[in-house]
Amino acid sequence: MDIIFNAVEEAVRLLAAGEVGVWGIIALSLRVSGISILIAMGIGIPLGYLIGSRRFVGRRFVQVVVNTGMGLPPVVAGLVVYMFLSRSGPVAEVWVNLANALSPGGAPHPEPRMLFTVGAMLVAQVLISTPLVTGVTAAAIGSVPIELRLQARSLGASAWQEAVLTVKEARRGVMAAVVAGFGGIISEVGAVMIVGGNIEGSTRVMTTAIVLETRKGNYGLALALGFILIGIAFVINNGLTWLQQSGSRYER
Amino acid sequence: MSVSTQRCDGTPIIRAEQLAVRYHRRTVLDVDHFDLCDGETHVVLGPSGSGKSTLLRILGLLERPASGRILLDGEEVEAGDKKARMMMAAVFQNPYLFKGTVEENVAYGLALRRVSKAERAERVARALDRVGLGGIERSSALRLSGGEAQRVALARALVLEPRILLLDEPLSYLDPLIKRRLVADFSEILSAEGVTALYVTHDQDEAMVVADRVSIMHEGRVVRTGGVDEVMSLPTDAWVADFIGMDAALRGTITGSEEGIAEIAIGGELVYAATPLPPGIEVLVGIRPEDVMLFEASHELPASSARNHLLMRVEAIERRGSTDRISLASSGLRLAAAVSRAAVRELGLEAGSTVAALFKATSVRVQAAASVPGGV
Repeated sequence: MDIIFNAVEEAVRLLAAGEVGVWGIIALSLRVSGISILIAMGIGIPLGYLIGSRRFVGRRFVQVVVNTGMGLPPVVAGLVVYMFLSRSGPVAEVWVNLANALSPGGAPHPEPRMLFTVGAMLVAQVLISTPLVTGVTAAAIGSVPIELRLQARSLGASAWQEAVLTVKEARRGVMAAVVAGFGGIISEVGAVMIVGGNIEGSTRVMTTAIVLETRKGNYGLALALGFILIGIAFVINNGLTWLQQSGSRYER
Repeated sequence: MSVSTQRCDGTPIIRAEQLAVRYHRRTVLDVDHFDLCDGETHVVLGPSGSGKSTLLRILGLLERPASGRILLDGEEVEAGDKKARMMMAAVFQNPYLFKGTVEENVAYGLALRRVSKAERAERVARALDRVGLGGIERSSALRLSGGEAQRVALARALVLEPRILLLDEPLSYLDPLIKRRLVADFSEILSAEGVTALYVTHDQDEAMVVADRVSIMHEGRVVRTGGVDEVMSLPTDAWVADFIGMDAALRGTITGSEEGIAEIAIGGELVYAATPLPPGIEVLVGIRPEDVMLFEASHELPASSARNHLLMRVEAIERRGSTDRISLASSGLRLAAAVSRAAVRELGLEAGSTVAALFKATSVRVQAAASVPGGV
């Protein structure tokens, strides 16, 4: 039992003392997942709208890809990104060829280091969260009656205005899509471990730090980060509930 | 405005030619010609699945037909033409109010047209007043009763002051009491606004209240178009007759005329009708069942202004809602009467019995047979 009491005591002490290392890890986690979810929203909401509201050639194929992506194990996403971004991967090859072609005769360009960077973690997290945002958005948009969109059009809405109205009508579902996507990446450990490398001060995020500190027996630090993760989940869920209830005055 | 002919007098606001729509290779709409005249309320009437809502969506430029063309004020327009669509507004069967307040809903189209906030508020208030819902601007649009919601939907369309109002079964979701009230209100608002309206419904009573002209649709085709009285009283084929609950129009010849009352020979009978048509021409004649009164054949008939007294045989009695429909026949003449159930009992009506049928000359609709295309 002592192990737990000591860990809690240590966690509280670390957080209260404002340890730079702890808060640095938290800030990096929020930054990486925050930027990733913004990118995923930028891709996933328009794509989800198209899938949910339009009939087009290849729609079913896109749907299959998205659904598969929703079930993609993050560690596999990490593996794929790792292979693409590694020094002998296709991205590095294109990069080097391009750089050499642009400055012929100079010293050969070294392969860029793309793995074990924040950029690599962003790519992995966008890959994981975009299908989640897209899939849940598509379902939410699909549940808005087609006649409602026809109604908007009949009052003079352009395609864009019709889309804005539809997303607004489906906003609970779209918010759920964003929360699902964010929850998926902030708590994810496999992919960021593989492509980020858990480098202290540069790519160490909460989940990878928890793994490391637990292995080292630093339960207090691991638990402190665990508290913050739970806290984030709590804040997001409550924020969402509040948003939903504040809107419910005008709901059915 | 012309409301009694097949086509408009001047340039119609909307003219459609050779429209066809196919879903999964099945033709759901096949309309050679359709005119919406300036200022009229044109009801498109038909059973469900007859293609009337599809026609509304095509004419409202909300959907693209497989073929055919649509002229707006004589100019050809395409589905999705924003400028043309801005002249129209629609109300559908389900009001489909958007999340938000009543005001936000009614102001939606105004906001799209970049009308200033101050003007928006003023026009919204006026539109809500017009539909009898003044003062509910701040209420949630999704907590209204069915009747209120449909009034808000009408206000949302009227506030745009559209040249053309499209109404697709706007009252069919409502319960009968509210519906009756709203039909009357809608009719009054439409005529007061002077707006041109295309009104789709399957309900004949509703059609007869609101319409100037009526087009009847069947299996994707317009089978009859004309003034409401003419179309609803003079069915030109068996299907239309059955749909509007009458026997097919009778064919006769005017044999004489005096003081605006024509004597028309139909089969072996003479029928008197108020019509300016001259003797010698062949006509179609229709008498609506509710205009026919029945009396016991053996009794002396009551003093009545009804010019037509015919002894007729009861062919069949059919139960229809609040009244029974009595099919009657005499030599060469068939018509139907709508009679209350109590009257059926009192008169002892049954198939084979004989009754006296009375109807006024003014309730007999007459049209020159030559003026009805594809007549009986």
